Amino acid sequence: MFRRFLRPISPSARREERIFYLFILPWLIGLVVFNAGPVLGMLGLSFTDWRISLDNLQFIGLDNYATLAADPIFWTSVGNTLYIVVGRVVFGTAFALLLAILLNQKVPGIPFFRAVYYLPTVTAGVAVALVWIWIFNPRLGILNYSLKQIGITGPPWIYSSTWVKPSLILMSLFQVGPNMIILLAGLQGVPKELYESAEIDGAGNWAKFRNVTLPMLSPVLFFVIIISVVSSFQNFTEIRVMTEGGPGESSNVLIWYLWENAFIFLQLGVAAAVAWIMFVILMALTGLQFRLGRRWVFYEV
Amino acid sequence: MTKAKQRKKGYAWRNTIKGRRAIGIILTFALLVPIGIIFVMPFIVMVSTALKPLNQVFAFPPRLIPETLQWQNFPDGWYGYGYVDFTTCTWNSLKITVNNIIGNLVSCTLAAYAFARLKARGKNFWFAIVLATMLLPNEALVVPQYVLFSRFGWLDTHLPLMVPAWFGWAFFIFLLRQFFMTIPEELVDAAKIDGAGHARILLQIFIPLSKPALATLAIFAFIGNWNNFFGPLLYLRTPDVQTLPVCLVQYQGAYGNTEWHLMMAVATIAVIPVLLIFIFGQRYFVEGIATSGVKR
Repeated sequence: MFRRFLRPISPSARREERIFYLFILPWLIGLVVFNAGPVLGMLGLSFTDWRISLDNLQFIGLDNYATLAADPIFWTSVGNTLYIVVGRVVFGTAFALLLAILLNQKVPGIPFFRAVYYLPTVTAGVAVALVWIWIFNPRLGILNYSLKQIGITGPPWIYSSTWVKPSLILMSLFQVGPNMIILLAGLQGVPKELYESAEIDGAGNWAKFRNVTLPMLSPVLFFVIIISVVSSFQNFTEIRVMTEGGPGESSNVLIWYLWENAFIFLQLGVAAAVAWIMFVILMALTGLQFRLGRRWVFYEV
Repeated sequence: MTKAKQRKKGYAWRNTIKGRRAIGIILTFALLVPIGIIFVMPFIVMVSTALKPLNQVFAFPPRLIPETLQWQNFPDGWYGYGYVDFTTCTWNSLKITVNNIIGNLVSCTLAAYAFARLKARGKNFWFAIVLATMLLPNEALVVPQYVLFSRFGWLDTHLPLMVPAWFGWAFFIFLLRQFFMTIPEELVDAAKIDGAGHARILLQIFIPLSKPALATLAIFAFIGNWNNFFGPLLYLRTPDVQTLPVCLVQYQGAYGNTEWHLMMAVATIAVIPVLLIFIFGQRYFVEGIATSGVKR
């Protein structure tokens, strides 16, 4: 690709190129200063004994990584992160698809329902996380009260180490708005002729869904899954406001583990190592997605 | 009529186009309505708790509609706790949010135009980087960013929260670029024949035609910045620079579980701006997300 830069080009093309780089300049500076720089700096710092000040840093090789490997809480938080990521992605995508299919029906009032389903995504944040503490209250909360009305004794939700992760996944289902809309757009992009010809072949609803909708929707689903994996790693607000990693360490996820190490225990070198491990896990998951994607994602030719 | 005949008639009714459609509509509503009710429930719980007197908050069974409406909770919550100055927090949140919306729109529009419409060597490479940075979880970058901003002497100021907005954001660049790609080439050619430069093409053709997409970005930026908790929690220390989400959490710490009604009152106030923005911008919003990202 570099050889292309040596080939002579016309003055007008050169001018256009200069404008291109001028226009992307702010983003390029941001990339270097706020993204690439920090990512690389962090790699370097993860090999040091960095605690509070940056002076007198000692190179300690892989010691921080060894410390992590020996820390059972670290492994718990890796496990918790994967549990929550898989739960959020699987249930979240399936639920977003269900909602998108519902919103794609030709019934009156769809714009209203679309707004209602999007609402919890908009109001996500500290205010609503506080409400959820209240909803999840095992004794007085509305969730267990409602379950009781239909004869179910509700679990202790975020107050129990077995239920806290399912609780967080359940809560995340309220925030599938963007995925729902993207899938809805995908559904509306499936050509009608395909359904018509499937009908002529005698396909029922399930067969149409399985053999027309899913393959045509697969690139969109793929996009949604990739994005969901990344966003499932970023669940700091709920953890900080609702559980602080507890009970015990049962909702200690990597982002919380990183925060504690960096800003509570002031083990910044260790925190840098945690961040790098997060990247590696995320890259591995994305790479795996692309590999698996080759088998199930169908691109039109 | 014999029973068999009746059954046959019923069967036939279900198979007529009208009948099948009616059943379809009923089934769809049977799912749409309960899910809708469940989805607004957290919001209703918040507002109803905000309007109850304290002794009714813990009443069992829980009542969604309070016996008496205690509007006094709103001013009491707002001014109720000495350390937490909600008025200042709200102004700070508003200032940061408005700055970031403008910064994002300007920087992302420029980059998106370049990626959508300008020819340059290396463009594909940089665009691949845009896509790659969409996959970076920002929260994992905090440690080195914290060091960077402390070197700049920016801790405990709004700068770490406001300056990066002027340097683009991959997700917005991608979204806008997708939208710009759909603007017909002929319009650009015609403008070029008239002697318009890229700045004029961008200002007079692309921006007016992209209002839905730009509105979507503005709404996204509003929601994201208004709800941002991680950044302010990290960079801000003193009470008079805090933002609304941090204020809310301090409230939680201050009162433990005792003054739920006041906390919910403040939480309700904090949610109102996003709610208004969403209700008024909903139309653009849905369109804007739909045109993004779907087809690479």
